[in-house]
Amino acid sequence: MIRFVLLVNRQGQTRLSRYYQPVELSRRAALEADVVRCCLSRKRDQCSFVEHRDLKLVYRQYAALYIVVGVTDAENELSIYELVHNFVEVLDKYFSRIMFNLDRVHIILDEMIQNGHIVETNKSRVLAPLTALDKMADG
Amino acid sequence: MSDVVEKTLTALPSLLSLDSQPGSAKLSSTSKLGNLIRGITELRSKHEEEKLIQRELASIKEQISSPNTSMRQMKELMVRAIYCESLGYEASFSYIHAIKLAQQGTALEKRVGYLAVSLFLNESHELLLLLVNTVLKDLQSTNLIEVCMALTVVSQMFPKDMIPAILPLVEEKLNHPKEIIRRKAVLALYKFYLIAPNQVQHIHNKFRKALCDKDPGVMTASLHIYLQMIQENPEGYKDLTASFVTILKQVVGGKLPMDFNYHSVPAPWLQLQLLRILSLLGKNDQSTSAIMYEVLDESLRRAEMNHNITYAILYECVKCIYTIHPKSDLLEKAAKCIGNFVLSPKINLKYLGLKALTYVVQQDPKLALQHQMTIIECLDHSDLIIKRETLELLFRITNAQNVVVIVKKMLEFLRISVDDYTTIDLVGKVAELAEKYAPDNEWFIETMNTVFSVGGDMMQPDIPNSFLKLLSEGFDSVEEDRKLRLFAVDSYISLLQEEPGKLPQRFLQVISWVLGEYSHLREEVEPTVVLRLLAKLLDMKQTSSETKSWVLMAMTKLCKGGAGVSVSQEVSETYSSSMDTVLRQRAQELQYLSQDSELRARVLLRDADLEPVEVDSSLSFLDGFVSEALAAGAAPYKPPHQRQEELAQAKALSLEPYGLSLPISMSSCSITDRQSPTLLSMSSGLSGDSADLSHKGGSTTLKLDGVKRVWGREGYLVQREAVEEAAQVEVPSPLRSPSQQADADSSHSQTPTPTPTPEPEQEKQQLASSLFFGLSSQSSVCLMGKSEPTPQRFRRKAKGQSSSAGATEQISNSLVSTSSNVDNLLCNNLLDSNITSEPAVSSSEQTSELSHGLTAANGTCDIEAELTDSDIKGSNPSVTGDNGLVAAAEDPHEDPDRAKDLCLISHLPAELSELCHSEITSLCTNQSLELSACHVQKEDSLVLVVFISNSSDSAIQHILLDLDSEQLEISCVSDSPVEDLRGHGVAACQYSLTVKRPSVHVEVVGTVSQQLPVETLQAVQFSYKLPLTSFIRPLTVSTEEYGTMWLAFSHDTKQNLTLISDDQEPLTATLNVLKRKLQLHVVEVIGMEGILACQLLQDQPCLMHCRVHAGTLAVWLRSPVPDLPDCLIYHCQRALQEH
Repeated sequence: MIRFVLLVNRQGQTRLSRYYQPVELSRRAALEADVVRCCLSRKRDQCSFVEHRDLKLVYRQYAALYIVVGVTDAENELSIYELVHNFVEVLDKYFSRIMFNLDRVHIILDEMIQNGHIVETNKSRVLAPLTALDKMADG
Repeated sequence: MSDVVEKTLTALPSLLSLDSQPGSAKLSSTSKLGNLIRGITELRSKHEEEKLIQRELASIKEQISSPNTSMRQMKELMVRAIYCESLGYEASFSYIHAIKLAQQGTALEKRVGYLAVSLFLNESHELLLLLVNTVLKDLQSTNLIEVCMALTVVSQMFPKDMIPAILPLVEEKLNHPKEIIRRKAVLALYKFYLIAPNQVQHIHNKFRKALCDKDPGVMTASLHIYLQMIQENPEGYKDLTASFVTILKQVVGGKLPMDFNYHSVPAPWLQLQLLRILSLLGKNDQSTSAIMYEVLDESLRRAEMNHNITYAILYECVKCIYTIHPKSDLLEKAAKCIGNFVLSPKINLKYLGLKALTYVVQQDPKLALQHQMTIIECLDHSDLIIKRETLELLFRITNAQNVVVIVKKMLEFLRISVDDYTTIDLVGKVAELAEKYAPDNEWFIETMNTVFSVGGDMMQPDIPNSFLKLLSEGFDSVEEDRKLRLFAVDSYISLLQEEPGKLPQRFLQVISWVLGEYSHLREEVEPTVVLRLLAKLLDMKQTSSETKSWVLMAMTKLCKGGAGVSVSQEVSETYSSSMDTVLRQRAQELQYLSQDSELRARVLLRDADLEPVEVDSSLSFLDGFVSEALAAGAAPYKPPHQRQEELAQAKALSLEPYGLSLPISMSSCSITDRQSPTLLSMSSGLSGDSADLSHKGGSTTLKLDGVKRVWGREGYLVQREAVEEAAQVEVPSPLRSPSQQADADSSHSQTPTPTPTPEPEQEKQQLASSLFFGLSSQSSVCLMGKSEPTPQRFRRKAKGQSSSAGATEQISNSLVSTSSNVDNLLCNNLLDSNITSEPAVSSSEQTSELSHGLTAANGTCDIEAELTDSDIKGSNPSVTGDNGLVAAAEDPHEDPDRAKDLCLISHLPAELSELCHSEITSLCTNQSLELSACHVQKEDSLVLVVFISNSSDSAIQHILLDLDSEQLEISCVSDSPVEDLRGHGVAACQYSLTVKRPSVHVEVVGTVSQQLPVETLQAVQFSYKLPLTSFIRPLTVSTEEYGTMWLAFSHDTKQNLTLISDDQEPLTATLNVLKRKLQLHVVEVIGMEGILACQLLQDQPCLMHCRVHAGTLAVWLRSPVPDLPDCLIYHCQRALQEH
């Protein structure tokens, strides 16, 4: 089960966060700082999975951007690792045409993960609702 | 690196505007969010960030509440508010505007409104109620995009109480022509199932329809619901196994459209999901597992491409193969697969390999042997997570031979670990291992010293508790007890003489207690010396007042005359004026007892003269008080589980106004339904003393036991052992380089290479031999067997044992009740003589729906034929296999199974054939040997009849049948046990059963073995469950006798039951149901009260007193047998509910 998805930059500043189990706002900043510290301190040749309290963190780096996913121990870490890449490929497919928007990344993520479970991975289907919205706005 | 990744790498930072570097030029200069993000990136301190965000929030707040703000601007403001909140700054003023935006916006604005709501609010937020109308409106919209948005937000969060308001609309969408709408509707129903399962009970058949949807996306969505439901009740969905297998086959075979592929692997996440479902279904179920062997084999074969995602699939596949009923060639392939993982130079794969190995060694510890050198390397890996995972693996294969080395490695890790969570976890594991496998006292005490010092004050409180309990209860040998305690005393005295200031509080408490209790054993040491050491603790600044009170108590035990008195006096004077009342009291106690040696001798008895304290667990001395209070109109006491149940009922009631959740087919619902809270609470109510058992230890051992049973001494094991022995001979080749990886597959047959090894290698090999000692072939036999691998050093005394066994038992009870929902429901019908044949839930509608199942409309799945077929089979809900009694003269049925049953019935011994017998259940098959059983209720006993049938032409010789049960006394009735069976012969063995310890359900486990021509002995294990009610018989007593008995019995339970209100008088009607279903004897009915009596075979009476009170039946059960009242009340409750 996925507990959260986090996009952070190299300075450890949060760009996007999505929690699938309620975490109080006041605790999020500390938690995220902790998570980021865990991942940023790691070398390239080290495992892409880290233990963090009762969770496992699966992280992947794209240039200056880190994507970190917190999962429970029962989850298959490698499949999450690839899910991150799938997510990035979806972003890539979409944003090659349009300028970035925080809300759009959120909308895409919502299509892929719900309630901590992977609900869609087919790229064209992930993007279908958003593309429809864009068309509505254009037309 | 692939092109895509390359491209993404360069594009992303600028796309996400995460950089203040050149890429960000792409952002439009007017984007306020862009400016904000840029601004924050450039900041250097947290303080500046806070100032900037507060300013930003103030500006958003001002604009957002202005009436002139357009929806477009509102959307832009909302995104900025989202961003501010994601940095941890609350923007609660915008919540209401988010709802407004969702309501009034169009297209993307509306979507952002919904998005903001789902990010800002949690499920219980009251503002969420304001969203219901918007959702309702959008669900009815003709604009598909709006419907889609509403369904998306519903599947993320929705107020539980409002589900009935939108449920019909969501259900309607299941038939929508667009796949995306159907898919989202299924996901919304999944959400409902998660937050309020009882509200979607009635639409289980719609889930089936979704599973058969022609669109693979909709089918995939329905799997989330199925995974959840199967986790809760695997028995209910066995009939779907073939469908899941077919779907997986089609996916693996590449039948899905290309766009479901990820890097040319067909729908990998769907495959993972299906594999998870299959492993749940195949667990402990041979026949279901058999259906999936082929597809698992194919999955292993297909996943040969060298890509992460195929490894992810392989991992799940291996897990599945090791979870379901074993099949030898699959296991070999899976083991090879794990080999590829752990030997991989890629660290992520190595990690996953270790994780797989950790899972697998619980079933087959010898697998660790094959990879011992890799494990050693991983143990010293520079990456902590690899190290940690390796320790986890070692923890699973620890035995008495390697415990010292493994614990040493764990303690080494503990010393470098900085993470509290890891420390707590590991400390618990070390303590568990130490207690289980300690080779000697010295090691045990020293290890526990390290545990207490390192674990400090954050470790689980049950560790010191169970340690002290171990010391005080002792073991079987008095001499051993003395030695252990003595060693602890010595060790602690020297610790206190060194630097007690460094020790954590918890440890000091343990030390004080032990010294107080046992320092007298060390006669050379003057009590005064110990007293002084303890007194020193009181003077330390960091000592907490809780520890101080432990110290004072210890001193009270030790201050026996002489110089001790003066030390105690001094201390007690200091603390008798303490502000802390507890300390003050302890100090007073110390003062008085140290002065008055006579009083002291009376109050503080030495261990030896301690008589076990008698506790009246039924609190019968309060009876008078209770009846007075009841007479005065007080409500009777309700045990927690009943309160819970009533709460659940109340909830169910509250739904009625909506008139939606009235299930059409009550029976099918309750069978497939989640477990009701009663079952859960019942078992928790029973396990009164389960707290005695160290929680962790209990669950671990339980798990292992369950696993081992599947892995009995079966044919496959014999072959396996042969392979293992071969592997045993080989000298583990040190350090496999990546280039050797290919060879690894054939490493089984590798010839030993006795080349001289360099020094560090030798060290490693030494470590290997000490780590994997005890996993060698001799002991592996016993590892795989039923018994505990090695004798436990610290075997607790009989008392402790029975209590822990009881707790385990009760845990397994709860397992029984989970898995046998169906049994529970049906067993109450036991004594109804007019039992109908299997409830034939109509499935005509279902079938017709299924027939247009997965048609290949868009060239996707064509599973239709198989699905329809299997579902028709499944429409006869699998109620067979329970122990419901069937009247002997039942109509013959077309079913071939039934025909077989009838054939077996003819083998019932003549004296039993006239009596009521239960349905015949198949127990197990072992090659041509087939075992089935039923039970027959005689007036004074219960007979279990086991049919052994030989389906082959040749005779089977030396059949050995062995039965055992934790709750039952089993004695063989037949004169001579069956040994040989001619071809196609059937033999019936009779066993008489009596209850040793009552439990809601009782279970007989057994093994059957046969001698094969090729001198190997084949054994198969099986189990047979039956409800306690089979053992209940009426007890005829007079009212006077009843009265005397009532006062003599000590175990009781009280509960309110629902009255049955037929046309006759409720009390009589209810009692009649109980009489009929449970064979209770009604002794007398006086006005609103009734007394009943029954006995548990043989001669274990149970009395029942009931009284109509405020519309319910207040029932009070008493018996001399512990647990019997609890079990019986459970069955009474069931009987009345089922009525």
